[in-house]
Amino acid sequence: MAEVKLLATWPSPFYYRVVWALKSKGIAYEFIEEDLANKSPLLLQYNPVHKKIPVLIHGGKPICESMIILEYIEEIWPKNSLLPNDPYEKAVARFWIKFADDKSPEIWRVFRSVGEEQEKAAKDSLEMLKTIEEHALGEKKFFGGDKIGMVGIAFGQLAQWLQVIEDVTGVKLLEASEFPRLQRWINNFKQVPVINENLPDYDQMFAFFKGRRQMLLASK
Amino acid sequence: MEEENKVTLHGTWRSPYAKRVELALKLKAIPFEYVEEDLNNKSPLLLKYNPVYKKVPVLVHNGKPIAESLCIIEYIDETWKNSPQLLPEDRYKRAKVRFWTSFIHQQLYETMLTAMKAAGEAQEKAIKELWEKLQVLEEGMKDIFLNGTPSIISNGSMGILEIVMCSLLGPYKLQEEVLGIKIIDPEKTPLIFSWLEAINELPLVKETAPPSEKTIALLKFVRENALKSSSA
Repeated sequence: MAEVKLLATWPSPFYYRVVWALKSKGIAYEFIEEDLANKSPLLLQYNPVHKKIPVLIHGGKPICESMIILEYIEEIWPKNSLLPNDPYEKAVARFWIKFADDKSPEIWRVFRSVGEEQEKAAKDSLEMLKTIEEHALGEKKFFGGDKIGMVGIAFGQLAQWLQVIEDVTGVKLLEASEFPRLQRWINNFKQVPVINENLPDYDQMFAFFKGRRQMLLASK
Repeated sequence: MEEENKVTLHGTWRSPYAKRVELALKLKAIPFEYVEEDLNNKSPLLLKYNPVYKKVPVLVHNGKPIAESLCIIEYIDETWKNSPQLLPEDRYKRAKVRFWTSFIHQQLYETMLTAMKAAGEAQEKAIKELWEKLQVLEEGMKDIFLNGTPSIISNGSMGILEIVMCSLLGPYKLQEEVLGIKIIDPEKTPLIFSWLEAINELPLVKETAPPSEKTIALLKFVRENALKSSSA
């Protein structure tokens, strides 16, 4: 069985997407910590285009971009499937995965900015949350079903990182009363064993991102 | 049953994204009904089928809608298994194709649009960035294809990568005319140049391309509109 390595950094939400996928399928892997301030020759060799993490290395061959990695994992190890079998349901899942990737950066814009720019980012983030609340989450426990899948994993940032961003910036985005479905999903998601056992420590994350934001603001 | 296996594409000739789906359907010889949408007056059906983005393209199959061109193409490939196969069978190659599709779709196109809509220094910056990204793609082609030779040249086959390249850069000569700048230089990016030549030679691509004057008028309109609103 070819070796699986995961080149990544804590506490990147993209790293955790891959961890959740690997662990939910019981795939053993070696974690290689990358220092993004001092990128390793390994990273530059395996992801010359973007020089970013995570990178999955399977049998020596690199795969980049977290959701592309997840599709690859799903195809190589189909057990404990993360995507629906039905082609139409799969297309709908991929639609939401793309939405998650395209829109989630808005919450990070809230994290990185102040004043007017932050207000706009907050407005855009709320639009995103509203769309998820109204269109993506039905009455089922998770996106499209009773088990977690790739869509939920794609939205995983909202389950912990969003709260850190809110606490560090003081900008409240997800009011449980305004987003009952989303709040319920977050609670359910975090209770799933593979997620629960593989979430970064909240206090450590808070300290990390608080420090980061201070540095960002100081440089403005 | 009327709806059984019925395929409808909601699009507009102006949209490179809709063009992708049109190409995919025609490559697989899938019969479909085409609905030309007026984006200034969107049909109630479009709004019902794509409430999240309210955009084209939307593919409707057996009454069920799918939005987002790349999601639609993967759906087409999985549902109609006849050749050509639009994504590779080999999973590692497939991951590579998805990576480069995403690169062309997001990075190249965004930079191209910025160049199209800007002037002066901003435009120079965007064009420089575009050339840099094209260089990255040129290098990438050696990684995607054996010897950097696209399969369209070695065996005439068109897949998702060619579809996306065609939709964005197929009309590069017209884009160059409107911008007044060379985008695809056979000396700087020879692999991309010959790739696009081969793509544009395909009868299907020639048939589905709108008349040059129409495309040029559209590009000029997009550019002038953007310049007007940025200086307003």
